[in-house]
Amino acid sequence: MAVIIKKEDCVGCGACVGVCPFGAISMENDVAVIGDGCTACGACLDDVCPANAIYREAEEKKVAMNKAEYHDVWVYLEQMDGQARSVGYELLGQGRRLADELKQKVAAVIIGDQVAELAVSAIASGADKVYLVEGPEYRHFTTDAYSIAFVDLVNTYKPTAILMGATNDGRDLAPRIAGRVGTGLCADCTDLGIDEKTGLVAWTRPAFGGNIMATIFCPEHRPQMGTVRPKVFKRPETDDARQGEVIRVSSKVRQEQIRTKFVEMLRVCGASCNLEEAEIIVSGGRGMGKPENFQLIEDLACTLNASVGASRAAVDAGWKPALHQVGQTGKTVGPKIYFACGISGAIQHLAGMSSSDIIIAVNKDPDAPIFKMADYGIVGDVMEVLPILNEEFKKVLQD
Amino acid sequence: MDIIVCIKQVPDTTEVKIDPVTNTLIRQGVPSIVNPFDKNALEAALQLKEQHGGKVTVLSMGPPQAKDALKECLAMGADEAVLMSDRAFGGADTLATSRTLAAGIRKLGHYDLLICGKQAIDGDTAQVGPEIAEALDIPQVTYAAKLEISGDSKVRIEREHEEGYEVVETTLPLMVTVVKSINEPRLPTVKGTMKANRKEIPMLTAADIDVDLDSIGLKGSPTQVHRIFTPKQRVQGQLIQADSPREAVAQLMNKLAEAKLI
Repeated sequence: MAVIIKKEDCVGCGACVGVCPFGAISMENDVAVIGDGCTACGACLDDVCPANAIYREAEEKKVAMNKAEYHDVWVYLEQMDGQARSVGYELLGQGRRLADELKQKVAAVIIGDQVAELAVSAIASGADKVYLVEGPEYRHFTTDAYSIAFVDLVNTYKPTAILMGATNDGRDLAPRIAGRVGTGLCADCTDLGIDEKTGLVAWTRPAFGGNIMATIFCPEHRPQMGTVRPKVFKRPETDDARQGEVIRVSSKVRQEQIRTKFVEMLRVCGASCNLEEAEIIVSGGRGMGKPENFQLIEDLACTLNASVGASRAAVDAGWKPALHQVGQTGKTVGPKIYFACGISGAIQHLAGMSSSDIIIAVNKDPDAPIFKMADYGIVGDVMEVLPILNEEFKKVLQD
Repeated sequence: MDIIVCIKQVPDTTEVKIDPVTNTLIRQGVPSIVNPFDKNALEAALQLKEQHGGKVTVLSMGPPQAKDALKECLAMGADEAVLMSDRAFGGADTLATSRTLAAGIRKLGHYDLLICGKQAIDGDTAQVGPEIAEALDIPQVTYAAKLEISGDSKVRIEREHEEGYEVVETTLPLMVTVVKSINEPRLPTVKGTMKANRKEIPMLTAADIDVDLDSIGLKGSPTQVHRIFTPKQRVQGQLIQADSPREAVAQLMNKLAEAKLI
């Protein structure tokens, strides 16, 4: 599995040093050496070495588990207060596609208190089966209760793959499950497929702040697990005539096993800061000048029923609370339309929003880096452009 | 209160550029930094120590040069720093990494609280913290934006959620991951830096910890990177430079209508 450089064949050209995305190759005495940073990704293998001195060590067979016992693709339908998150349905569409390719079934996993009716919509969205775990101990999400319920399902019914939304709770829960069953987990995937040759799920995800993409396999362990970002995939059309089986599984959680206690939810901003699931986001940056001017952002967001975003500069200046921050140290978003107003487009901001379908930028500096990303850019003063933009969208929406 | 903070040395990904010819990452000249969220984790630990007394230990797994990152943490005020470094740890995915770090934490002995950054900016997985907590069988609270511990070890956390903050109560021992807004990390002082330079940073190798060698490093990693590629770059769209803002907006609306976006 490990990547190896055959010292005697190395011509010391250094061609491999620059291609390593992890900076793990260095030149020592005119010979390339692979250091500890190597992840065996293979970026240095594809025709990089003119002397063919780099090769992959033959894989040793590990008998980790009986993979044949595992079948079906599972989708976790995350809910909060009985409302399923949209990403769950988006993933049912993908789960359906993957399962069809594998000629297996799709099952939805629903955990909660009095959430049985979600099973109906899961089946209408493509599930063949629904595993339903209900009880008052699941009224609110807790890592302990939900992971115990989920791991019990995995050990009993043995799925080949599990897709979960890359939400805050999904990213809290998935690694606990993966850790407990001892399998691999790919975070924040933006593309899914089945590898033709191996039949493995191919999980594709951005890394290095979106500068590179990696496709990851989990060859010898089951289930293959991944979290997938909301809004990457379309929600499938529902078919109310679809039939499916609901399997009720009794709760195995004892109260003393739940070590954290939900107290309350402080809904400081409601939908306006739920940027992860937003269809449209209107974001403001340093170019807004002062906090009062964010009203123009809010106005346009209100017209478009959009969420409100902010750049790091605007959050650091205290103009908007941290929950609105888009970028590497804030939220990663992927709306249909992203308005960047008075945002210059620092790399750390772009890392958080470059997967938006359409980017519309307003900035007075024609050389602002944001324009290199934007599908449409207006060179102009946000203070003048935004009110007119709002006016025009209001007109369009009235018609 | 004994607190362990797990940190990672990462390339400053905001400094990473793509070679337009070869379409690969240009890593030369990219500085290595302490993962920004881990500095928030350390700051949270230092503040708790100031309130409750005790000891803050920073722990990292990485190549020998990761000592520089640990030095910076010592200069910020951490009491001890330990580096886990061994070829046997290399090539690890999140699960194998968490097993190594959990074995290191067991080796360090007693702790009340474990704090990690919410994720590292090079991998962005947010998985190692929860996987360590799983390996140690302790509870976790992720995405903490506020962390309060009262004298009798009662913990109250405000946890970032999509729509707001979830208030969670729990007790120690505990693993917490923190977001950026929890605090403003302090800068190293001159005195701290001098002290850090004199401080010995012990190194743990695979031989020093109680771990199955097949469960760590490349060998113990269930996931395998199959392929790395550069994403499709967005191409610059249409730039509107009109005489007046009204004219510019009118042009934009026309273009959006043409593209059937409105």
